[in-house]
Amino acid sequence: MGPDATVRNKMPKPPPHIEAPLHVRGESEYVDDVAPPLGMLHAAVFYAPVAHGRIRRIDTGPALAHPEVAAVLTSSDIPGTNELGAIFLDEQSLADEMVHYIGQPIALVLATTVEAARAATHLIDCDIEPLPVVVDPRRAHDAGDFHGTPRTFRIGDVEAAWADCDVIVEGSCDIAGQEHLYLETNRARALPQEGGRITIASSTQSPYSVQRHVARVLGIPEHLVEVDVRRIGGGFGGKEDQATYWAVLAALGAYVTGRPVQLLLDRVDDLVMTGKRHPYEADFKLGLGADGRFIAYDVTLYQNSGATADLSPAVLERSLFHATNAYFFPHARIYAACCRTNLHPHTAFRGFGGPQSMFVVEAAITAAAERLGVAPWELQKKNLLRRGQPLPYGQTAEEDKAVETWVEAEETFDLAAWRARVDAFNANHRTEKKGLAVMPVVFGISFTKTHLNQASALVHVYTDGSVSVSNGGIEMGQGLTTNLATIVGAELGLDLDRVRIESTNTTRVANMSPSAASATTDLNGHAAIDACRKIRGRILQCVADETGRAAEDLSFRASQLYDGAHAVEEWDWPRAVTACYLRRVDLSAHGFYATPGLHFDVAKERGRPFAYHVYGTSVTEVTVDCLRGVYEVDTVKIVHNLGRSLNEVVDRGQIEGGLMQGIGWMTLEELAYGDDGRLLSRALSTYKAPDVYFAPDLEVKWLESERPAGPRGSKAVGEPPFMYGIGTYFAIRAAMRAFAPRPYAFDAPATPERVLLALHGHHVDQPSSQPQPQPAPAVRPASAPAE
Amino acid sequence: MGATTTFMLNDEVVETDAPRGRLVLDFVRERRLTGTKEGCKEGDCGACAILVGALDGGRPRYELMTACLVPLGEMAGKHVVTVEGLNLTRSRQAGRRLSVVQEEMVHHGGTQCGYCTPGFIVAMTWYVIVTEGADLSREGMREAISGNLCRCTGYNAIERAADAILATVKAKGPPEGDRLPALVEAELLPSYFASIGDRLAEMSPEMSPAPPPAAPTPPTPLFLAGGTDLYVQRGAEIPGAPVRLLTADDVAAQYPRIRGIREEGPVLSLGALTTFTEFAEHEAVRRLVPRIDRFLWLIASRPIRNRATLGGNIVNASPIGDMTNLLLALGATLVLAEGDDRRDVALRDLYRGYKQLDKRPGELLVEIRLARETAHTLTNFEKVSKRKALDIASVCSGARFEREAGVLTHAAISMGGVGPTPKLLTRTGIFLQGKRLSPAVVGEALSIAAGEATPIDDVRGSARYKRLLARQLLLAHFTELFDEIDPLAHMGPELAAAQ
Repeated sequence: MGPDATVRNKMPKPPPHIEAPLHVRGESEYVDDVAPPLGMLHAAVFYAPVAHGRIRRIDTGPALAHPEVAAVLTSSDIPGTNELGAIFLDEQSLADEMVHYIGQPIALVLATTVEAARAATHLIDCDIEPLPVVVDPRRAHDAGDFHGTPRTFRIGDVEAAWADCDVIVEGSCDIAGQEHLYLETNRARALPQEGGRITIASSTQSPYSVQRHVARVLGIPEHLVEVDVRRIGGGFGGKEDQATYWAVLAALGAYVTGRPVQLLLDRVDDLVMTGKRHPYEADFKLGLGADGRFIAYDVTLYQNSGATADLSPAVLERSLFHATNAYFFPHARIYAACCRTNLHPHTAFRGFGGPQSMFVVEAAITAAAERLGVAPWELQKKNLLRRGQPLPYGQTAEEDKAVETWVEAEETFDLAAWRARVDAFNANHRTEKKGLAVMPVVFGISFTKTHLNQASALVHVYTDGSVSVSNGGIEMGQGLTTNLATIVGAELGLDLDRVRIESTNTTRVANMSPSAASATTDLNGHAAIDACRKIRGRILQCVADETGRAAEDLSFRASQLYDGAHAVEEWDWPRAVTACYLRRVDLSAHGFYATPGLHFDVAKERGRPFAYHVYGTSVTEVTVDCLRGVYEVDTVKIVHNLGRSLNEVVDRGQIEGGLMQGIGWMTLEELAYGDDGRLLSRALSTYKAPDVYFAPDLEVKWLESERPAGPRGSKAVGEPPFMYGIGTYFAIRAAMRAFAPRPYAFDAPATPERVLLALHGHHVDQPSSQPQPQPAPAVRPASAPAE
Repeated sequence: MGATTTFMLNDEVVETDAPRGRLVLDFVRERRLTGTKEGCKEGDCGACAILVGALDGGRPRYELMTACLVPLGEMAGKHVVTVEGLNLTRSRQAGRRLSVVQEEMVHHGGTQCGYCTPGFIVAMTWYVIVTEGADLSREGMREAISGNLCRCTGYNAIERAADAILATVKAKGPPEGDRLPALVEAELLPSYFASIGDRLAEMSPEMSPAPPPAAPTPPTPLFLAGGTDLYVQRGAEIPGAPVRLLTADDVAAQYPRIRGIREEGPVLSLGALTTFTEFAEHEAVRRLVPRIDRFLWLIASRPIRNRATLGGNIVNASPIGDMTNLLLALGATLVLAEGDDRRDVALRDLYRGYKQLDKRPGELLVEIRLARETAHTLTNFEKVSKRKALDIASVCSGARFEREAGVLTHAAISMGGVGPTPKLLTRTGIFLQGKRLSPAVVGEALSIAAGEATPIDDVRGSARYKRLLARQLLLAHFTELFDEIDPLAHMGPELAAAQ
């Protein structure tokens, strides 16, 4: 794929989002919007009510006696193997003996109405012997209870380097998880078909994972399982691996009863049963020279992985990759472990472990700045990663965009004047304070598991000239179908109304990777380009033969044939296609892509895991009401590095939406668990995500790269903007310090409760109030003197 | 149950004998109107937003509601509009036309995964059809969509679409005369809306009488008013339960004072079915609580405020009921009735423990009575929740002071979330009465208030946090209402010195 083709066909003007006209009319179909097949049963899950225990007895009789219940299934009804898992086979579709978290499926009730199915789950009598519960990752770590083995990345000699440091700060972080809050909860519908075949409509980001696991659990070959996904109502990683359970259970129900089965989790069940962004705890130690240069960084990351591995080891790997964010450290040691706890298995979520380790390094830098009495951005800027500098895993930065986006932000947004405005505001306000923070981001693009960086596409051209494209990516709002249609239109030289992006289907595209890692357009776009070029070559050759022109001079633009710069009037796209058909030329092609140049040696923890990096810098201003502890995010301004945008509306939407999720993670969104492993914030009335009032004023500026590796010169955009949200936390902290300069703890999110207790907790800690055990101290020294 | 409910669903007349407590959300989805989505089934996400129109002075008037909290039986004689009913053309095929609202949402990328989108379309359309052209504002539009969650866009693109919609609607000029035909002309609504008033009028008299009182009413029917909390708590059982819809006309026939707001000399009488919206928009309430608009956006989203009733909020007995705490500070007295038997109870005496009321099962809260404002009245409401708007409070607090010549002649401070019931801080009130505010008096009041708070740890905050909030919110009342109060004087010597 030389750059020639990119130049040859101009990009058609893309619509803002190709599916948007359906969305706004309420016509887009999600799994349960399709008319239900006759005789369909509804499923509901009976799940573990305790976080750890041994099942002594299950009596499903009372549920089965319910007049509308058709069947109640337990692990003994599983015809194949009951072992599943994306990385390790450590999960069960229905628990048989042990339960490891509240929400773990034990039985499946099938009934003629969804109300009856859910009601009957309460009739199941299950006796479970409770066992000790661990929810604290440090405790699991001390006990050596891991998923996989802990890993360490190293650069330089960190132990020796402390001696060269003039300042050393140490501290710790407690970072909470985050609920995905896709508006469409998990759901799947399975239809049994002749010959033991089964077709599944699933709200999944990973159809092949569904196919593979359904085949395992039913004990049938993968070719008997067809998974089809039109679109999903949001995923954000939450349906990368965890949609699989529900599809498997629906398929099991259909297989056993011979009737169509739909399993739709209501919001509370979805919150309780599915895993979230991983909570992390961390200890850091940062050493600097007197000039503010970073010399050595040592960090320990305790990932609270939950009860089963799920994608945790892969998430952990990205925490390792991004532990130094946008900075160069000559000496670093990064240690990370997947700690097994009795919580739902935590899973992929936009950023995939990157945000947590980036938070820690920003906390370390902030602690150092507070110690030195300088603004954090002075240290940040001084230590930005430059082209050619190595990251702790061996790959070097190939662009200077960390510095360029920073400088661009500084100049375009006139940071100096902005700081002065904030200082003036703070001087003039007594209980309201503003804070400002700068957040640079460097994020690697590619699946860190190298083998996942492959994709296929299948393109058909029909004799009327219409084009059908199947690919391995899932449309979840990120604009994949829009991007693909744009790419295909450009490659073939067609108007977009001739191009249809089909549902994602495992029978049309095999062995697909999940839609994740920001790489969906990259991988599937390249695969579609490969298929299009095959077809285009054949069609142009055929037309050349028909017209006696040279194939290499021919092209289509807006469905019209051109010979060089001249339109060939009588030959448009439909005529060319028909001519090919009559000459028995193949009008279908399969395309394939494997990202070149990727390698990683886990034994050495060295390699080139990423095709490229995405860079950016954001500036965030907040106002904290120091009387009430509440705050507003006033403004976020971003300079974001892109390639040539395939679609500015789509890219802007990814940046703005990602940022908002990041802000939510750092502020309001609080997952509260009891010591017994019970999720306390289990409804939208208690788990609060940002609403329209919480949206800041926003300005986004692009900074293009010269030779991006994405399709048609684009760059991935899905995940990196999430991490701009981290700036909100440090802006709130800056505002709090403008009110009362204390060494506040680095615990996230910065909920109004944490803010108020940190500012004023001493008022209710007078000896007069009755003594009671305190929760986490509001104020904890973040930096302690080095030895 | 068994009664027939007749109403208009988009451009069709629908007659159904589905249970009256069945949710409109489930009903419309079963009829294949699948644009209305279930996101949370507790009124927190807006994905199931619908319009409900009823004749008001001969013209249809529309309100925005979440279909997951609205009982079918209440739709009798009304016009229910789902997103499909806002489409200019019915066909799903090519050649579909988009309304102005739909067009701008497409153009500005206001939709990504699409699942929340129908709810936004309904809410935005509602705003432009009920708002006079001159009153259209960014803030108004924000408020209209404040009950809609979107997880993809971060709202910025939706706000750009909203600005464009406002600009287009304004450019087209305000609809003159009968609004609906003008809105049809302006491509904001499909053509069937032009005759909807006539069709509703035709339907109302004979086709949908108020359903007859259910045959032998069981001894304790489930009273259902706005349903905004009851459906969340007991959603599974309501469709099959003996429900008495308090909004039905037979209830008002028996208890006329359950509806409407009346000014009666020094007393303001609020019907228990008064919705939050009606309460906040009433002149007399606005005189008593001049800054009600500032408090209201903290309290609930528009669709919820349109449904939630004052009476329901009180009887629900949540310790953090926002309206209840406001009314408690304002000094409300309640009128309870059961048939002809009626009695008065002070709101402060209603609660006997967590969700325990001085109220017999058959007794109905009919009326809420408040003393109207004097020349010396000062009122304030404070609320802190995780999310500033539209969240349930960690702690909320109302305050009513009477101050004459610098002396507090009356001080009533309510505090929600610091005990098992909405709580009047009696000791704090008594302490303040007859005093002039000085730093010493304020300081003393703050510690009395913190001492009166007896919160527990829960998902809305630790007990320590809520006790601190009780103190801080009292300080906030003082700061908001009395210019001479310096809050920094009460934040510790370190801070006072640092400033």
